[in-house]
Amino acid sequence: MSRWLRSFGAFWYDFIIGDDWRGAAMVAAGLALTALLVHVAHVNAWWLLPVCVLAALGWSLRRATAGKS
Amino acid sequence: MNAVALVLTVFVACAVEAVEALTIVLAAGLTREWRSTFQGMAAALVVLAVVVAAVGPALTLFPLGVLRLVVGALLAVFGLQWLRKAILRASGYKDLHDEAGIYQREVAAAQAAAAGGRHGVRDWYAFTLSFKGVLLEGLEVVFIAITFGDNQRNLGLAALGAVAAVLVVAAVGVAARSPLARVPENTMKFAVGVMLTSFGTFWGAEGAGVSWPGNDASLLGVIPLIALACAGYTLLLRRARAAAPLPIAVPVGSEEATR
Repeated sequence: MSRWLRSFGAFWYDFIIGDDWRGAAMVAAGLALTALLVHVAHVNAWWLLPVCVLAALGWSLRRATAGKS
Repeated sequence: MNAVALVLTVFVACAVEAVEALTIVLAAGLTREWRSTFQGMAAALVVLAVVVAAVGPALTLFPLGVLRLVVGALLAVFGLQWLRKAILRASGYKDLHDEAGIYQREVAAAQAAAAGGRHGVRDWYAFTLSFKGVLLEGLEVVFIAITFGDNQRNLGLAALGAVAAVLVVAAVGVAARSPLARVPENTMKFAVGVMLTSFGTFWGAEGAGVSWPGNDASLLGVIPLIALACAGYTLLLRRARAAAPLPIAVPVGSEEATR
């Protein structure tokens, strides 16, 4: 049962997160920060998530190609 | 997001996945046996239909804000995966997805596998190969159709785009009787990655409480911004790759190259 659960979890991790969990973590952090800015500081931070997403992609690409060029 | 954009986005995304599923089905059917292959395909389609019937309507029960936050985050992360692979392939850091090569490997594996049936299926290998291929690629189709459809509260239209893509690819595959190697898969994957990431960013931020300037019209800024940034990343990596002394692309046939 635990083996089945592990492989089920691994499948969904690979399906959604894929090769680089850091990208997913940055998107989640960007969303959390956006929600904080909107609801606590009352700043309409619409610009924050696009910045986080593009930074996450750039960082992920840099890690994938580091030492290969 | 208007109806045409919804159908087109889902159609292109699902066509990419359908091409990959078709490669596996053709390898199983032409090498082993068609009846067991179709049984595997039908079983996978039944499982996918159950997933759609269970998850699709359940998602509409959530408040739109929560739905957009969760689905937006998932779409953005999922889209980043597509973009990462598409950019690495476009810049030469990873080999292009080679449907003809994948087909040849699947054929070789199918020819080497032992024959034999189980549970009323004549060729168990053909059944499982076809079932796994259609189920795994189909899950991506279902994920995209449900997330886009539910966010727009128009699951029917999203399903129409997905079904149309599967039917078109299946019809072309049956006519050609070979894997669709000439489909510009990486370009399609790049375009879909941009759309998934853009809509994920838009809906995720909206779910977090943001009011986008110009509401839906701001997508006309978000989509080109992400597309341009990705084109820029590709250009930068191509230049770095051109300066690299040795070829470093992942060899065709490795697990990394075929994902």
